[in-house]
Amino acid sequence: MTDRRTIKLTVNGLRHEREVETRLTLGDFLRRGLGLTGTHLGCEHGVCGACTVHLDGEAVRSCILFAVQADGAKVTTVEGLAKPDGTLHPIQQAFRDHHGLQCGFCTPGMLMTLAALLAENAKPTEREVREAISGNICRCTGYQGIVAAALDAAKAVAKGA
Amino acid sequence: MGARNVGAVVKRLEDPRLITGRGRYTDDIVLPGLLELAFVRSTEAHAGIKSIDLAAARALPGVVAVWTLADLGPAAQKPMVQSYPSPAIKQNITQHPLAKDEVCYVGEAIAVVVAENRYVAEDAAQLVAADYEPLPVVIDAREAVKPNAPQAHRGTQTNLAATVVWKFGDAAAAIAGAKHVFRETYFQHRGGPHSMEGRAVIAQHDRATDQLTLWSSTQSPFLVRRYLAQYLGREEAGIRVIAPDVGGGFGPKAGHYPEELVAALVAMKLGRPVKWAEDRREHFLTTTQQRDQWWEVEVACEPNGKVLGLRAKCTHDNGAYLPYGLLLPMTTVVPFPGAYAIPSVEVTLDVVFTNAVPNTPIRGAGRPNAAFILERTMDTVARNLKLDRAEVRRTNFVRKDQFPYETGARLPTGVTIQYDSGDYAGCLDMVMKSSGYAAFEQKRAQAAKEGRWIGLGLASYNEDTGLPPYEGATVKVLPSGRIAVELGSCSQGQGLETIAAQIAADQFDVDPQDVIVKTGDTAGPALALSTVGSRVASTAGPSVHVAASQVREKAIRLAAQQLEAAEQDLDITKGAVHIKGVLDRKVMLGDLAKRLVSGINVPLPPGFTPGLEATAYHTTQRPVYANGSNAAEVEVDIETGEVKLLNYWVAHDCGTLINPMLVEGQIVGGVVHGIGNALFEHMKYDRESGQPLTTNFGEYLLPLATEMPPIHCEHMETPSPVNPLGVKGAGEGGTIPGISCIVSAVEDALKPLGVKINEYPISPEQLLALIDEKRGGD
Amino acid sequence: MKPAPFTYHDPRSVKELVALLGKHENTKLLAGGQSLGPMLNFRYVVPDHLIDLNRIPELAYVKPGNGTLEIGAMTRQRALERSDDIKRACPIMVEALGFVGHVQTRNRGTLGGSLAHLDPAAELPGICSLYDAILTVTGPKGARKVAMADWGVSFMTPNLKPNEVLTAITLQLWREPHGHAFVEMARRHGDFAIAGVGCLAALDSAGKAKRVALALIGVSHAPVRLAAAEKLLTGTDLGDDAIRSAAAKVDKLEALDDAHVSAAYRKRLAGVLLGRAVKQAAARARGATKGSAR
Repeated sequence: MTDRRTIKLTVNGLRHEREVETRLTLGDFLRRGLGLTGTHLGCEHGVCGACTVHLDGEAVRSCILFAVQADGAKVTTVEGLAKPDGTLHPIQQAFRDHHGLQCGFCTPGMLMTLAALLAENAKPTEREVREAISGNICRCTGYQGIVAAALDAAKAVAKGA
Repeated sequence: MGARNVGAVVKRLEDPRLITGRGRYTDDIVLPGLLELAFVRSTEAHAGIKSIDLAAARALPGVVAVWTLADLGPAAQKPMVQSYPSPAIKQNITQHPLAKDEVCYVGEAIAVVVAENRYVAEDAAQLVAADYEPLPVVIDAREAVKPNAPQAHRGTQTNLAATVVWKFGDAAAAIAGAKHVFRETYFQHRGGPHSMEGRAVIAQHDRATDQLTLWSSTQSPFLVRRYLAQYLGREEAGIRVIAPDVGGGFGPKAGHYPEELVAALVAMKLGRPVKWAEDRREHFLTTTQQRDQWWEVEVACEPNGKVLGLRAKCTHDNGAYLPYGLLLPMTTVVPFPGAYAIPSVEVTLDVVFTNAVPNTPIRGAGRPNAAFILERTMDTVARNLKLDRAEVRRTNFVRKDQFPYETGARLPTGVTIQYDSGDYAGCLDMVMKSSGYAAFEQKRAQAAKEGRWIGLGLASYNEDTGLPPYEGATVKVLPSGRIAVELGSCSQGQGLETIAAQIAADQFDVDPQDVIVKTGDTAGPALALSTVGSRVASTAGPSVHVAASQVREKAIRLAAQQLEAAEQDLDITKGAVHIKGVLDRKVMLGDLAKRLVSGINVPLPPGFTPGLEATAYHTTQRPVYANGSNAAEVEVDIETGEVKLLNYWVAHDCGTLINPMLVEGQIVGGVVHGIGNALFEHMKYDRESGQPLTTNFGEYLLPLATEMPPIHCEHMETPSPVNPLGVKGAGEGGTIPGISCIVSAVEDALKPLGVKINEYPISPEQLLALIDEKRGGD
Repeated sequence: MKPAPFTYHDPRSVKELVALLGKHENTKLLAGGQSLGPMLNFRYVVPDHLIDLNRIPELAYVKPGNGTLEIGAMTRQRALERSDDIKRACPIMVEALGFVGHVQTRNRGTLGGSLAHLDPAAELPGICSLYDAILTVTGPKGARKVAMADWGVSFMTPNLKPNEVLTAITLQLWREPHGHAFVEMARRHGDFAIAGVGCLAALDSAGKAKRVALALIGVSHAPVRLAAAEKLLTGTDLGDDAIRSAAAKVDKLEALDDAHVSAAYRKRLAGVLLGRAVKQAAARARGATKGSAR
């Protein structure tokens, strides 16, 4: 008999109630249970950051959290970054403008990490941006476009976009 | 009409879905009834398999099947197809889909579990008990190639798979007769690809139509189809391979893997679709890697630094199998003489089996290895003759007036090596100017006063991009008037959809964002081979151009009939064909397309075939040569051996730039990849047991944002005369010289001590040991 | 890489937690999960029972006392970074936290988790060592106190019985004005330290060191207070000669050795970092603000 629990949580503004195995990771719950495949699993040992989501507003690694730990919480994934009318978050638009992605696999994690940074610090320095994404590995871009995107998005966020 | 989108920064068509989490990578795909696979993998580097106990695994609830090779059917009992056969291969040893009775590297799959989900599949995999009979293990290729060495495979007499020789001129005579001969040895270590998305495959077999469909995170859908067809004895027409969104490839996803084959076999046997998504541990253990190469190099030169001959012997670790033939060894030797007009070259490379993961090309393939040897050799000449490093390079570069330049070498196919175009010294000049090379000694002296050790490294290279022979393209006008492009080629982040849209859009004056581009499906109309070696922009790109031009020509010819005008008086503006200067006498592309699909009992216009579409192949006989120079400024902490990367400059010539933003992305990404290889990435194996020692991202270090220098790119455009767009490849231009550049910079920082760095990656501990050697310990 | 099945428990109070402890065999406690999570996914650890500590709010707090600072074991590292009490009373902890993993890991990681996991390269245990922390361990028989010096029993094994849990950490703050510095060498930002040194130094009116604390991480299985070096430095001007003699003491230590980094290099680094930490702490003690030295 597998160990199961019922969890209730809000994901991207929608409430869900599901029964899950207690060992199911939050990342797998989002991808398999809710069909939100935007969150990616790159390493499943808490280093690459591709799985980054927001748990009650904070950037966390969903591959080393269990879904049961999110019971009662508010989760935001990359699918919930843009406004309901489709208006992109400044960081999403900036990634497009500055070629901040190539294969796109690390991108959701990067976006969630940077969205959290900008929510806390609207005027980051380049060093602060690089430190913020030091927990996200990108094999394609060399980070330069990502950093440029983040600094550009900060301007928009500071303006109140 | 002139090009408007080609050459412009056009935002990527791929981005809208990828930045909103709507990408569709293989593991995202859900099919009804999908089961998941987990592989049971060898914990031994070399062993005979005495027995495998599957009973406990099979009994676990949620498990549908647990199979070994014997269970997969008579068609599966043979080794996998050799992807690149060659008469030079002495021992053609490839893997079986699952191990037969012997495992030859840690991680080799011995059984497959099919279950409701990956969690249960892994539970079952753990319950499989294998009884191994240990066999001798050999990890060091130099040991493996000695007489009486332990054999990497049971029953072989030698671990030598092949010896590859690349020769032109008379290097022996040059060395015998030269005023100066210098000898050095080098060691280039193993590293892995680590695309952020691992490998993944879904296989589905429709019994009603006998159609086998695979979605695979691959760089080569057409080749995967070919090898599956050959292995399974099926028609290619009954197999469809689709590359969905692929999260990075870098080379190892260009091959055909046992897991793809097993997934297909399981899907056919069960009649249900199955998925396997590699986890990072499997990527470390079983995705192909690169290098461990030991080099002995002799260079003969004149007092002014002119190199007369280069002779090198390389012992190349190919790992336990030869899935990719001799491609990696060949891409290591064929680049010689690189950007230099060296009249005599002789490189002998032994391809050796060891009990580690097989090695196949990774970003740059063997080219960074060759560039490392060439660049270190130029620095060696400069150091020994007390000449300036840049001057030595200038003395040896192929000159502008020498193009097209025949190096004197010839491929096994008989094709000679000819560099089409370039300005090698020009790129070096650019990067020397940007990096402040001329004033650097003063800068170094000033830093020394502050107790700081800084250095400036240089590296140049050229690259055979756009490998022949083709990548096809189909361009169509849809009834709506929108343009659609279909390519068999596929992308793993390079932005192929975008550049295809740019090229096609230019023929019809439409917005590239409105062009529909599909890639990577063998069911599409155009044939393709593989996305490797920076080849797709200069093969698929021109094909798109040719196909789009043909469609344009057909549209204008039909419109001329309808508008009763001469073809030369027509133009296309915003998707409408019209008389030049008279915008309201026009016909829309969509209407022309509808006219050409016609209807029952409605004749086609006279002289026209159905459809406003064309499939074209720009075929090539030869690669086109890109080139560039890099410079890097670093600082070494003399007390800890740490290296700080201060600045990096790239001057790059990839011919016509289709999208400058994408080219820069490739270069910067490639430079960082090279930095990773030079300073951080070391895939280690225990020499005695053959156990891999670096199997997670804490032990194997990939480059992070915090340690990277600002990377400045400048472009030179020497259009290639070889294809209609003048395009050359760009994907590996940062990686190929990157390693050499960084090592050269670190060595330069320690110039006052005379430290020589002949291997990479170089860790702070290793660097400190070299420093100590020169300073007499601490 | 999926974890093996386990039975999950999420007690809501210390009382409930203690009742659970020792009830089952093969149990693991889940704090921040940043170290345990990967081990579960790799199946390096396969517990039958997992007790989640994250729903016990009474375990997360920062409580200034009389010359002490008591921190609940489940206080998040990110909360420590942002805490005004911590910034005021022990800024070296904030400095060290800049080296601890990444933002995502600090959002979940805890002080107690870091101490219980006891990775030799962990920074926070080093800080606790500097402040002669007293650790409160709670079990079915009640609470006991463990001095930080007695915390590390062996490699990744703290002074904890299977039915006990670390509940609080009390730092013994320095009343006198002093300077601080935390320096470490890691290959990349956020990586585990190859070696790291924390230093607190108080000077007398003549500019000589009247009190010095030096904690070394990454070299031994647990943080080491370099008592001999501290003694040597006390009474000196903390200049180059004093530092050289102090650094030489590091060589006497027995250091960890593995496939990636040798013992000799760790000790060598430790000596270099000791000098840098002392110099920086001394400068801060003198009220000078030098730029971050190497």
